[in-house]
Amino acid sequence: MKTLLSAFLAAGLMAMPLGIASAQENQGSGASVEANSDAATEDAGEIAAEEGHSESPHYPLKKPEELSWSFAGPFGHWDIAQLQRGLKVYKEVCSACHGMRLVAFRNLEDLGYNEAQVKAFAAEYTIQDGPNADGEMFDRPGIASDYFPSPFPNPEAAAAANNGAAPPDFSLLAKARAVERGFPTFLFDLFSQYQEAGPDYIHALLTGYDQEPPAEIADLIQDGTYYNPYFISGPALAMPTPIADDQVEYPDGAPQTVDQYSRDVSAFMMWAAEPHLAERKATGFVVMIFLVVFAGLLFVVKRRVWAGTPH
Amino acid sequence: MQWLDARLPLPRLMYDSFVAYPVPRNLNYAYTFGGILALFLGVQILTGIVLAMHYAANSAIAFDSVEKIMRDVNWGWMLRYMHANGASFFFIAVYVHIFRGLYYGSYKAPREILWILGVIIFLLMMATAFMGYVLPWGQMSFWGATVITGFFTAFPLIGDSIQQLLLGGFAVDNATLNRFFSLHYLLPFMIAGVVILHVWALHVAGQTNPTGVEVKSSKDTVPFTPHATIKDGFAMVVFLILFAYMIFYLPNYLGHADNYIEANPLKTPSHIVPEWYFLPFYAMLRAITFNIGPIDSKLGGVLVMFGSIIVLFFVPWLDTSRIRSTAFRPMYKIFFWILVADCIFLGWLGSKPAEGIYPALALAGTIYYFGHFLIVLPVLGLVETPRRLPGSITEAVLAKNGGGGAPVGAAAAPDTKG
Ligand code: HEC
Ligand code: HEM
Repeated sequence: MKTLLSAFLAAGLMAMPLGIASAQENQGSGASVEANSDAATEDAGEIAAEEGHSESPHYPLKKPEELSWSFAGPFGHWDIAQLQRGLKVYKEVCSACHGMRLVAFRNLEDLGYNEAQVKAFAAEYTIQDGPNADGEMFDRPGIASDYFPSPFPNPEAAAAANNGAAPPDFSLLAKARAVERGFPTFLFDLFSQYQEAGPDYIHALLTGYDQEPPAEIADLIQDGTYYNPYFISGPALAMPTPIADDQVEYPDGAPQTVDQYSRDVSAFMMWAAEPHLAERKATGFVVMIFLVVFAGLLFVVKRRVWAGTPH
Repeated sequence: MQWLDARLPLPRLMYDSFVAYPVPRNLNYAYTFGGILALFLGVQILTGIVLAMHYAANSAIAFDSVEKIMRDVNWGWMLRYMHANGASFFFIAVYVHIFRGLYYGSYKAPREILWILGVIIFLLMMATAFMGYVLPWGQMSFWGATVITGFFTAFPLIGDSIQQLLLGGFAVDNATLNRFFSLHYLLPFMIAGVVILHVWALHVAGQTNPTGVEVKSSKDTVPFTPHATIKDGFAMVVFLILFAYMIFYLPNYLGHADNYIEANPLKTPSHIVPEWYFLPFYAMLRAITFNIGPIDSKLGGVLVMFGSIIVLFFVPWLDTSRIRSTAFRPMYKIFFWILVADCIFLGWLGSKPAEGIYPALALAGTIYYFGHFLIVLPVLGLVETPRRLPGSITEAVLAKNGGGGAPVGAAAAPDTKG
């Protein structure tokens, strides 16, 4: 009984100095965010085809490539410079069509910006507020506690402007898409801790345009949609090729290619969807160590308690 | 203490139940899952109550309120991931616990009531988890609720009224969300009540043990504390390690990506799949693709699905064998493991679309499932020649190891000693 109690005590004490893990590495440069006009490209390569029919192939036609992400694995953390580039891509390109209503400007402090930079960033946006004392709605510059505004007043307007398909909000998109892994890959994922299906998918989608559809697929593509073999729910989607090489200027010298843009914006979208990811993994490490040590101690005590009792 | 004990013998009840209570000395790690289940009921209730402080049961803001918990509430992400994954681990534990019961004949006289109470807990857990999954108001929440409540319309005459009562209207919407939240808060406490009865019944009949031979003398048992306490405690922490691994490293592994899209009544997801722990039942539901006389395929599926759980209530009377533990039933042992494989097979089928060969395979799996309970259990008990039983628990233990150290078995393997 005495051994038991002291073992419990020892285990409890061990946990205390470990404390709470620091949230994430601060490796970002404080480069300020520049304001640029929206530059959404319209893709010319439109593939016209007749209404689809007959048995439907399995989508996506191609599985996304697995990339290596800084935030993958048990010690995953954000690459702050990458998130800053991703934010720039989002702001200058994607935000013309996609909102991000659950992310507030104040959250950008996680990306290494200080309070003044966040304030300046927010002020570049115009936010509708009100009603004021006269009962009127009015426009004012954004403040840190505002959320990213949506480019369209409502989903219907968004759909009307985009060939009937509303561009989805970015807040959770990186967690809301996962291409089926299949057997036995999904079992291996338990050990490799694969949770990056979302960013892998987005990267594959953005780099998957401008390919020639095979003949049997070409028939299925509807007017006003663009062939993309990585699209999860059909042969083609209503988003035209969104970004081209050299479209966004990177102040830190990272390559200005579609591939790099796609990686950066996907990482940024993962952050937007799971802002506490790095903190979660760091906490997990401490918890795991504690539990493993605790289990070890309990096991030793258990051996002693049962020592004289064959069972 | 004595003052209280003389007036309300609560301390004595606790002492008798969790300290002095005699447990068979040969229990293995499969017997630790009862304690693990109690722990997880506690985890679900505690995390659930804190989540409920921040959650808003209104279809316009439910989805966003869960996201606020994930983003802005201190440690909210951890609470929510604990609660969501906690439900899965609760089911892992309950499945091990149920199969442990089937393996060691825990349902046989004098433990029928104990077993039936367990099946009731299982049913309540399923209802609770189903309604909980609707609360975050994602696409799977919404469409899962639509599909599952739709089953009730299969019943003739009363079906539509039952469905409308459940939904609070003609389709899943705000009224449904509100009543599901209310019930999701209530049912865990009903579970806790039934758990108390379950433990009470357990302490009247006593635990079974891997030999199936009843306790004959005090030499066969050890006091609950410290022996069972420390062993249960160790198993709980090992189980918590697996739990923490999922929460911190793979929190969305068991979930469905579509549930991060807000519910949209106008857009049906391409595949509607329930949570993994319902998959075997979902497969049985969809296995019936044909009409049987007056029973159409839909009603047939629903009856089969409910029947698959109802049949568990009758297991104590379906099993005709005098031998309690499967360890001494060489033939039944084989059938037991086939049943386990069949359930996993059905689970896999439940995740597949109902097309091609899958419904046929699901039908075969379903027939085998019922065949196990309705044919194998009664018949095998009559024809099988069991192995010789040991005279007592102590005799079995001493025959196995003449004292000394304990080999450690994998926590989930029912036939390894620990
Ligand atoms: C011209 C407007 C426009 C721009 C600019 C734009 N998108 Fe889109 N996006 C859309 C539309 C419309 C859809 C919906 C497509 C559909 O469902 O058919 C969409 C869908 C998506 C999807 C979801 C695909 C799916 O699986 O449902 C992703 C991811 C995406 N866009 C990423 C981006 C990124 C990253 C950028 C910036 C580089 C971007 N988009 C820029 C219009 C746009
Ligand atoms: C038997 C125990 C319980 C089980 C099996 C259970 C199961 C679940 C499940 C599966 C979900 C959906 C999780 C998700 O995907 O997000 C959920 C959500 C929820 N549960 Fe429970 N629950 C239990 C007890 C409780 C209790 C006691 C409360 C207290 C009121 C509670 C409150 C909530 C709330 C507020 C949500 C919505 C928030 C969220 O989705 O994370 N639960 N529950």
